[in-house]
Amino acid sequence: MSCFRLENVSYRYDKSPVLHGIDLRLEAGEILGLFGHNGAGKTTSIKLILGLMQPTEGSVAVLGGQAGDPQVTQHIGYLPENVMFYPQLTGREILSHFARLKGASLKQVPVLLEQVGLGDAMDARTKTYSKGMRQRLGLAQALLGKPRLLMLDEPTVGLDPVATADLYRLLRDLRDEGTGIVLCSHVLPGVEPYIDRAAILTEGTLKAAGDLAALRRQANMPVTLSLAPAHTLADLEKVIDEASASNGLMIRTENGSLRVDVQPREKMALLQAVMASGEVADVGIHQPSLEDIYVHFIGSGGLAHRGGSQ
Amino acid sequence: MMSIWTIARKELSDSLRNRWLMAISLVFATLALGIAWFGAAASGQVGYASTPATIASLASLGIFLIPLIALLLAYDAIVGEEEGGTLLLLMTYPLSRSQLLLGKFFGHGLTLALATLIGFGVAGVAIALLVKDVAIASLAVAMFRFIASTVLLGWGFIALAYVVSVRVSEKPIAAGMALAIWFFFVLIFDLMLLGTLVASEGKFNAELLPWLLMFNPTDIYRLLNIVAFDDTAQLSGVLSLGADLPIGAAGLWIGLVLWFALPLAGALLLFRNRRI
Repeated sequence: MSCFRLENVSYRYDKSPVLHGIDLRLEAGEILGLFGHNGAGKTTSIKLILGLMQPTEGSVAVLGGQAGDPQVTQHIGYLPENVMFYPQLTGREILSHFARLKGASLKQVPVLLEQVGLGDAMDARTKTYSKGMRQRLGLAQALLGKPRLLMLDEPTVGLDPVATADLYRLLRDLRDEGTGIVLCSHVLPGVEPYIDRAAILTEGTLKAAGDLAALRRQANMPVTLSLAPAHTLADLEKVIDEASASNGLMIRTENGSLRVDVQPREKMALLQAVMASGEVADVGIHQPSLEDIYVHFIGSGGLAHRGGSQ
Repeated sequence: MMSIWTIARKELSDSLRNRWLMAISLVFATLALGIAWFGAAASGQVGYASTPATIASLASLGIFLIPLIALLLAYDAIVGEEEGGTLLLLMTYPLSRSQLLLGKFFGHGLTLALATLIGFGVAGVAIALLVKDVAIASLAVAMFRFIASTVLLGWGFIALAYVVSVRVSEKPIAAGMALAIWFFFVLIFDLMLLGTLVASEGKFNAELLPWLLMFNPTDIYRLLNIVAFDDTAQLSGVLSLGADLPIGAAGLWIGLVLWFALPLAGALLLFRNRRI
């Protein structure tokens, strides 16, 4: 059963479209990264899945039921961007309140607070909490009642590197236990190793969705090889020129080694030729990162357009 | 039902934590005892005047205080959650908007009812114990009627505060509108009624006029606590119209109940259609 399935979903607010023809799904045991500029429609998509709003067109199925149905929302954990709590209550009181609302066991409360690293602060009022501590409390709140679908909007904001690594490890464990997870983040290099699939939104439309390998194929962006010469740069350069014939590769020199941009399908041929020549001492392969892919799909025109509209 | 109680319980424990419950109870008790002891000061002596006079004075003060306290307690019920950033989170829980608002109403309503019961209850007991020759039975009945109608009046203004709280998007605006509601019902309404009365020079339908009092819960409340003593001499100003109301005490009680039920239903409806 899918965690959620958006089919041809559109949402309009005051007649201006916020989302347009979105098809997106999430299976159990999968981490989906949802990316896009501010205002691209990420939060609206999440609100539709949470059942806070109804789509203008299309259908939203969540955990085999209707979005917003109490039986469904009981199994969803959500961490909003910039999560806030009642300042006069302690972390333990707040989490107990939310546990009661969710019908989760109160025994979970201290366990979860320990798990997110608030063990020592659970009896302090949240107005004394730092941003990172509020974020951890928000995370504990999202984990109440063992959700089957977990949606986290910028979960690492305010977290230190160790806490961030802990969070991602926790998400991996949850995924392995079958939880479907949606991660919205602007820290692309941070989430790249942890997501199974990525979806990229611009101006309310889904630009691309799939695992990283598929997105790389779709983007057809060059792979960068960095080759350290065994003898001289010139020798190595000659080998590359011969191997790539008239393909017109882009070659630059950096720190005494060559950086070569090559189309993905020509990568192996070039590598084999270079290896056979014996002119190479070291090889590094740089696949386009999530950030590169993101910029490719969003396009720099998007940024210019946004700047112009202000 | 469980989630309504969870919300109510938090509101109740909030009002215990921030001492609201205690403060309101204290104000009520002090007020009641002060009026009971110095009620006869106008006629040149210190001491307990009479039960009807004490209740009438309490009701006259009550119409200023009860609406104000109720509005203050409840004006930020929804808009406060929204500004605090918790409304969105609450709505992602298995909790409908109606359940949230009803939970708030139970919490705030219970806070006000408890404060009224404790504050005026203590005063009633003190009067019964300390004043010689007071007719306990009639005092108990009058006190019970007074407390019950005070609670209903308070609930009415809590519900009116919710109508504002679910509509506006900023707390200061909600506070301003709550004050406007207070101003209208407590000060303006009677003046307008009096003005109409005088300006119409008796041409206004005399049978219709008393019914206008039913449009103000504070007037119903005062009538209820004064008319019960068959002592229409206490009815002053526009309230003297109330002597001509053909509906009796039961009608007044129904009026007070409607005055909290209808605004509450309105607030629920408005909240359901609100965009989050």
